Amino acid sequence: MERDALVRGLRDVLPILVGIVPFALVAGVAASRAGFTFPQAMGLSVFVFAGASQLAALSLVEGHAAFVAVVATAVAINLRMAMYSASLAPYFEGYAARWRALLAYPLTDQAFALSVATYRESDVDRRWYYFAVAFAIWAVWQVATAAGVLLGAGVPSSWGLGFAVPLVFLALLVPAIEGVPHAAAAVVAAAIAIYGADWPFNAGLLVGALAGITVGLVVAGWRR
Amino acid sequence: MTTYDALTTWALIAAIAVPTFLIRFSFIGLLGRVGGVPDWAERALAFVPAAVLAALVIPDIVTVRATVAATIGQEKVIAGLVAAGVAYYTEDVLATIAVGMGVFWAIRFGLPLVI
Repeated sequence: MERDALVRGLRDVLPILVGIVPFALVAGVAASRAGFTFPQAMGLSVFVFAGASQLAALSLVEGHAAFVAVVATAVAINLRMAMYSASLAPYFEGYAARWRALLAYPLTDQAFALSVATYRESDVDRRWYYFAVAFAIWAVWQVATAAGVLLGAGVPSSWGLGFAVPLVFLALLVPAIEGVPHAAAAVVAAAIAIYGADWPFNAGLLVGALAGITVGLVVAGWRR
Repeated sequence: MTTYDALTTWALIAAIAVPTFLIRFSFIGLLGRVGGVPDWAERALAFVPAAVLAALVIPDIVTVRATVAATIGQEKVIAGLVAAGVAYYTEDVLATIAVGMGVFWAIRFGLPLVI
């Protein structure tokens, strides 16, 4: 049962692993461009292990943003994982606290989506299935990030490889715009962020994001 | 303007890593002691990716110039628009990066038509 769950998890996660490699490579390149040493780049990757927030933090560090702005932005991006934690919690209810901490650490968008989808349709050993999925993603992410750090150090800056970072975010942003309220949130957030690009402590980013969320809620309220 | 020395960099990593773990552990750790994410919070959280990512990425791509034409004509804006189209139709990160960088490099190294 446990072995079956491990094998099934590894098999199901395979296509996802292919998709995260370019993302992780960019995260590694971004770390080296932001001036992180190899241990620092891998420290960020291992301890935070959340791609979008890593990239956001690195791009702000490269732009010499304030410490608080970097932390606030990176943590805000990870807030969505509270929802994943809430929907996985009932499935992990019987396990010891140590196990639940171990399962919480590698939680990602992909591990959440795949596991919940599988739990709903079949009676797999939950712990080992999730363990295989989440830590396979983790392992591939770390290796590809390391490769990106080494690669990034060798590429001349005239290539503008840093532009891959906003491109990754674009690839995440576009599917996040699911309807009119989301589009309104994105437009308002972007407009304020551009207008406030020179505000101290990257306030343009934070004010823009908060205004965007507010506008999204308001527009969604109108349409209900 | 901030520069990050070794100690500050490690402090930054810890300052992001600890809350990130606590967010992940939150409901999994609390078990059934709470009912789940409150309704209002769930509605607000649904807008976090669109708002935060837009505020983060668009200023990196778009610099406002004197005219609309000059704003649209920047290499990153052109490449970004094409990449957004690819992201919309494929929802594929790799394809978005590949096409976006391809257009960006084509303008920068190949086609000196756009300033």
